Amino acid sequence: MSTGYRELEHTADWALMVWAPDAAALLESAARGMYALSGARLQDGPRLRRSLSLRASDLEALLVAFLEELLYLGEMEGAAFDRFDLRVDAAEDGVRLQALLEGAPLAGRKKEIKAVTWHNLNVRRTPRGLETTLVFDV
Amino acid sequence: MVRVQDLVRISDTEWEIPRSYRADMRVPVRIFATRRLLEAVTRDKSLEQAVNAATLPGLVGRVLVMPDMHQGYGFPIGGVAATRYPEGVISPGAIGYDINCGVRLLASSIEYEAARPHLETLVTALDAHCPSGVGVQGAVRVSAAELDRVCREGARWALRKGYATEADLRRTEAGGCIPGAEPDKVSARAIQRGRAQLGSLGAGNHFIEIDVVDEIFDRQAADAMGLRRGALAVQIHCGSRGFGHQICSDYVRAFQSAVQRYGIHLPDRELVCAPLDSPEGQHYLAAMRAAANFAFVNRQILAHQVRLAFEQALAGRVRNWGLHQVYDIAHNMGKIEWHEVDGARLRVCVHRKGATRAFGPGSPEIPPEYRGIGQPVIIPGSMGTASWVLVGTAGSMARSFGSTCHGAGRVMSRRQARKRVRGEALRRDLEKHGIHVRAASMPGLAEEAPQAYKDVDEVVETVGRAGIAGKVARLRPVAVVKG
Repeated sequence: MSTGYRELEHTADWALMVWAPDAAALLESAARGMYALSGARLQDGPRLRRSLSLRASDLEALLVAFLEELLYLGEMEGAAFDRFDLRVDAAEDGVRLQALLEGAPLAGRKKEIKAVTWHNLNVRRTPRGLETTLVFDV
Repeated sequence: MVRVQDLVRISDTEWEIPRSYRADMRVPVRIFATRRLLEAVTRDKSLEQAVNAATLPGLVGRVLVMPDMHQGYGFPIGGVAATRYPEGVISPGAIGYDINCGVRLLASSIEYEAARPHLETLVTALDAHCPSGVGVQGAVRVSAAELDRVCREGARWALRKGYATEADLRRTEAGGCIPGAEPDKVSARAIQRGRAQLGSLGAGNHFIEIDVVDEIFDRQAADAMGLRRGALAVQIHCGSRGFGHQICSDYVRAFQSAVQRYGIHLPDRELVCAPLDSPEGQHYLAAMRAAANFAFVNRQILAHQVRLAFEQALAGRVRNWGLHQVYDIAHNMGKIEWHEVDGARLRVCVHRKGATRAFGPGSPEIPPEYRGIGQPVIIPGSMGTASWVLVGTAGSMARSFGSTCHGAGRVMSRRQARKRVRGEALRRDLEKHGIHVRAASMPGLAEEAPQAYKDVDEVVETVGRAGIAGKVARLRPVAVVKG
């Protein structure tokens, strides 16, 4: 199954369908989709790197936590990422993400995303992998 | 999907989804809408979201939906739900990420015709004085200790710092300070985000708009508010910025496990909640109030900046260029209030998400000068169309937990709007109609195009006919600064 995202119709906010063969690729695809929706552009020049370690009760919660982390880094550090080395493992109390992110300072964003919502959030297993729909408050 | 035929018609402007519609509903859903407005919302998931909201534990009366309703996330925009205090629940998602998003209205005695030659200068000054757009910092930066005081004191902090007058505070919902705010229930991240954002408009549908009072419908109420036909007025629409967004995100995440601890089953994880008398519920309430007070200060600083812009652009050019506050009102908030429900007086937590408090005449919670007319309600229209000043009524107190609509309400997705409208063309069109525009983002401007919204006049007619608000004045836009 390929990896990707596409914008869905939503009256007030932004909705994104995301699909990927596995959990790590789903998180990466969601991140790329979120950056695309907000019109994030990276500066040319020096690159920056961040590592993240997140735990959550389930994959949906991990997805929200990961995207919230990216929004926070965008707002507070002016950073966005275009290379993702992600590893998702089962943990005793849920799931765990180890992430190495590479990107650059933001050159600009066209739109503000206020939050990643949990609205009807459900990562579905399909014969070809995983898919979910994300709704962002804008 | 809820269909029109699933609804029980109560009157031309009221419809009900009975409790029997779905087994997990705890109360019915009452919709204030004409048939035409109702048909528009059956095309999205607004009504299904209202049915989901009706499953929250501890609800009293009905879940209410206003005629500007549209699909949101979890709870519909335009929704009102009251839960019994203290054993009912509070749901952060039913209040929204932009806690205390609201509108402030300032009025003047500046004649539009006298100001007209200076409007371009004025809108440039507004744009310069009022930071707006994605990631833009506010006019005021505060330390963490100062932010603590902002959260506890609300608009009184702004008064101490010279950004407000006593009259501003008196004419702000709750005097601009919700008691019970506890900044120590707010995460370090929220504080970090909030420190640099006071006095900023943000992006999305937030704006500052200069209007002309176009028509008066209630002379007595308009006189009490100082609204004069042909004079300029200013609306400021924004909320608690990243501070409130972070608080809501933090508590929606924390409440995912709270619902399991309290054995609460919900159809949507965005609706997660906790009993008001639980530690989790009390902590959210205290943090939400901190965000609410932050938002009152944010709009107060912006009002101060607007006054500076008016002074810079109009002093010496027009007479009496001052701006007085009509009112400042929230439309995303959870408030503990007393209401009459099925003949009993109950203390409840009223969740309003995209719905405005609209207390009727005689309410002790509104300023003395408005007690005879009812609380002012400010209804911004879509960009380029009319806005309205209304008042709360005895009907809103009796039938909608003292609430009414909050705007025009979207009808077209942002994606569709971007496809159909070019931001630059829209700006030219608005300017052709005498409306000056400053926008941080052209695609953002396109998303807020008037075609993307319902007809605000029809929304206002509906709440008027339903008796949950009274018309006072219509405002016509002449300049807008868009976030």
